[in-house]
Amino acid sequence: MKIQVDHLTRYHYDQPVRGVVQSHRLTPSRCTGQRVVRWDVSVSGGIKGGGFRDGAGDWVQAWTVTGPVSEIAVQVRGEVSTTDQSGVLRGHRETIPSVAWLRATSPTRADAALTELAQSATGDALTLAHALADAVADAIAYRPGATHAHTTAAEALALGEGVCQDHAHALIACARVRDMPARYVSGYLFADAQGNDHEAAHAWAEVWVDGLGWIGFDPANRCCPDDRYIRLGAGSDARAAAPIRGIARGSGVESLEVTVAVEAVQQ
Amino acid sequence: MLSRTASNLYWLARYMERAETAARFLEVGARIALVPNVGHGYRNEWDALLRAAGTSIQFAQKYGEPIQRNIESHFFFDQENESSVAACLTRARENGRIVRTALTAQVWDALNTAYQELRELERTPRSELSLSQLTDWTMRTTALIRGTIDSTQLRNDNYDFLHVGYHLERADNTARLLDVKYYVLLPQVEFVGSGLDNYQWMTLLRAMSAHRAFHWAYGGEVTAARIAHFLILNPQCPRALITCVDGLNTHLERLGRGYGRRTPAQSAARQMLARLAETEVAEIFDVGLHEFLSRFIDEVGAVGQKVHDSYLSGDVR
Amino acid sequence: MIDFFNEMYDAGGVRPPYAKLRDWMDTMPAELRSLKQAEAEALFRRIGITFAVYGEGGDPDRLIPFDMFPRVFAHAEWRRLERGIKQRARALNAFLADVYDRGEIVRAGRIPKRLVYLNEAYEKAVAGIRPPKGVYSHIVGIDLVRTGPDEFYVLEDNCRTPSGVSYMLENREIMMRMFPDLFGANRIEPVDSYPSLLRRTLASVAPEKCPGDPTVVILTPGHFNSAYYEHSFLADLMGVELVEGQDLFVEGEHVWMRTTRGPERVDVIYRRIDDPFLDPLCFRPDSMLGVPGLMDVYRAGGVAIASAPGAGVADDKAIYCYVPEMVRFYLGEEPILENVPTWQCAKPDELKHVLANLPELVVKEVHGSGGYGMLVGPKASKEQIEAFRAKLTEQPHNYIAQPTLALSTVPTFVEEGVAPRHVDLRPYCLVGERIELVPGGLTRVALTEGSLVVNSSQGGGVKDTWVMAE
Repeated sequence: MKIQVDHLTRYHYDQPVRGVVQSHRLTPSRCTGQRVVRWDVSVSGGIKGGGFRDGAGDWVQAWTVTGPVSEIAVQVRGEVSTTDQSGVLRGHRETIPSVAWLRATSPTRADAALTELAQSATGDALTLAHALADAVADAIAYRPGATHAHTTAAEALALGEGVCQDHAHALIACARVRDMPARYVSGYLFADAQGNDHEAAHAWAEVWVDGLGWIGFDPANRCCPDDRYIRLGAGSDARAAAPIRGIARGSGVESLEVTVAVEAVQQ
Repeated sequence: MLSRTASNLYWLARYMERAETAARFLEVGARIALVPNVGHGYRNEWDALLRAAGTSIQFAQKYGEPIQRNIESHFFFDQENESSVAACLTRARENGRIVRTALTAQVWDALNTAYQELRELERTPRSELSLSQLTDWTMRTTALIRGTIDSTQLRNDNYDFLHVGYHLERADNTARLLDVKYYVLLPQVEFVGSGLDNYQWMTLLRAMSAHRAFHWAYGGEVTAARIAHFLILNPQCPRALITCVDGLNTHLERLGRGYGRRTPAQSAARQMLARLAETEVAEIFDVGLHEFLSRFIDEVGAVGQKVHDSYLSGDVR
Repeated sequence: MIDFFNEMYDAGGVRPPYAKLRDWMDTMPAELRSLKQAEAEALFRRIGITFAVYGEGGDPDRLIPFDMFPRVFAHAEWRRLERGIKQRARALNAFLADVYDRGEIVRAGRIPKRLVYLNEAYEKAVAGIRPPKGVYSHIVGIDLVRTGPDEFYVLEDNCRTPSGVSYMLENREIMMRMFPDLFGANRIEPVDSYPSLLRRTLASVAPEKCPGDPTVVILTPGHFNSAYYEHSFLADLMGVELVEGQDLFVEGEHVWMRTTRGPERVDVIYRRIDDPFLDPLCFRPDSMLGVPGLMDVYRAGGVAIASAPGAGVADDKAIYCYVPEMVRFYLGEEPILENVPTWQCAKPDELKHVLANLPELVVKEVHGSGGYGMLVGPKASKEQIEAFRAKLTEQPHNYIAQPTLALSTVPTFVEEGVAPRHVDLRPYCLVGERIELVPGGLTRVALTEGSLVVNSSQGGGVKDTWVMAE
């Protein structure tokens, strides 16, 4: 499948800021089943900084904008050709050993309820991973607006509602309870005509299964990532894996506007 | 050098000069208060002082009545009054501590010793301290610190930023001290030229340690015009506005040459000097002394802002 | 009763390195001594070398007590220590380079995987990133204790930002000023090359793409920090700027410093702030001390940071047990310096042993420092021991235990005259293009009679440390 992405993020500051520093994880992963046809990231008024491949195998690109500035636009445009890998991450080189992904972070820390949910599932490693993803999907209903950027997995479970970020966090927490390394993945999802059109800028989780490696699970859509997905990068949680991380120097209050269009290219 | 280091040195100097001014305010007030209150409409001299220092409202809220003891607390000991001797000296020392390696051992020693002595004074019962002890100590201490700066600091940009701070602050402070006269006398125009009027002018001169110098320079009669000339336009007087602005120019020019770069701060300072050099005393009184001084204080503030933008803010390109 | 090794006297009388100090000690009148002590204190106060005790509040301008009686090493003793220290510093750096790359030592099963990768100090953010020259820990402080003529043990390693080197330099400075004759009579190796060696070491690890003479800075948390004096002292002696996070900013591929002339590029940052505060974009978002974007510049090779973020995984107390193994694995050598035998309470059978022998052991928190959260069994009350028993049972993985070491003593001036007091030693090993060690270090002394805790926060003092020339 050929997927076309047009992703625009606009930052507005009510007072001009002294400068902005950003760290982007906005380049499609180098792995089997994902081939970049064209890809371009630009930052209005930005100076491109250093870039490097991090320990998780993702390309990180730094940008700075010299102030005073009150508006910045980050534009991602590109096209990726994908094939279905049944969720298995193949051909992806990374330095960090899987066991390091067992460490909890505050949004992914398991409380009693998450632990109980995790313990409810059974089966061998692969079956267990699927069962955990299902359990999370059952326990947290998809409802936009119910949670916010800083909601923890425990809070989302208590609420019983959330978005893809909460599903991913909860699955990560549960997997770790079962001593399975897990991490947060951000990317894009092409939603087909059938309607499951939520969140074109999407997030899911990867769980380490011995013998198979990293396998993606998208509890929000009750599936494993296939050729509709573009993988950008991974981290311990949503903050660590965020496609754009930034800090502005100055007292201006930031507001944000994001538009994402992910479309299939007519063949 | 680091912009922050320059900023610490600049503020060190400003706070030292401001501490000295607080002591001079105290001295003016004490001397004016020695003369019996004459007649109706004559404002309380201490209150006039607070107005000129710009802390009248703050004082009223904290102390109420402007009696001598409260005034002493306010101008000398009160850490909440940002312009008190204690507050200024504490902040000067803190600025010095941060950039200690930019100061000579002698300067740091003088600054640190002053701070230790201040803490000693704070522990001394107030009944054992006279106002003149406090003002004398302050004057001696600030002179000592400035002396060690002049005699031991390397003549590099550190030195220039210290002096830019000193000159800017002194320019502002002389103008404010002169302005005390406005608050004491106006609008009782009938006092102008009276014995009381002269007494007040002389008090101002004394507070600026300039009364003898004035006599040497002018001899004879004390008149408002002569005093204004002395404290504003006479380049021989170390506290005169023109002397301060001239010093400011000297050090800004040195910075400009050293860095090979001109800044808006230099242009603004140069324009100030040019205007002052062409000013006659008569014009000052035509405009009104208070009006003249207010405008001057604004100009000093504007140059201070330009110094900040050009060197201290860290956003220099 | 444990028999303590006295570094000045043995059965045969005064040990050779201390020979000339005996006369000095014997002939110094009590009045002169107190005069000199007062002079030393005044000098310290004058230069402003003070120390705010972490977490104790009180006087921020407190002095660490300085004892005038020097601690002396014979030339041959030091050469052996030197070889051992350098060997250890090399192994620790090799370990760091390995665990942030392929992790061969873990793959070889020589150190448990989880101990390394689930360690709080293992930093995912620097995995796969090779710092300039492959060096992670540029200043390695190795805490040593002595228990006999030839018995030295490493108590712990400090791979992040070991402090106290300013005392090593100032103690010597003050001794030379007060007792110049001593330095005439004894041939003592100088330590004052440390600042220039440190600067050279830091310059040698500048990023490969740095053109010309690198700009080195020291990054301090600020003047409220208890070690601020040391930061400004070192900056001054090295002739480099002492910066706070707010003085630096990131633009393009570099880090810049805000100066009165405009931005100046910075190539090497000797940071004295902890990893979590370095960069709010990468680590703690609430850090006001760091530089946003610094880690991206670092990881892309635009700036060097000493010590490298993530270096702490090598000096963790649980990892410590494996340092001798690192020496064998990476260097193919036998360790010259021994570890103190250590029981890891995380291992059930070792925990059992520890719980059964608490009154004889020293128990430490794995991540603790400064002598806090520590139990010295032989000195502890029954209640204290029981309190630790409860903590150990509840969170065994947080603790390690060691036998109570018979720390050597050195004569020390006390109220009644001269008496033996227990000491340890922290030398500072510099690792850059070359490995350097100045002959000396910081000797800490427990001033209370019988005390084995030398931390300055717990009533410890410092001494000048001499290495005799050949």
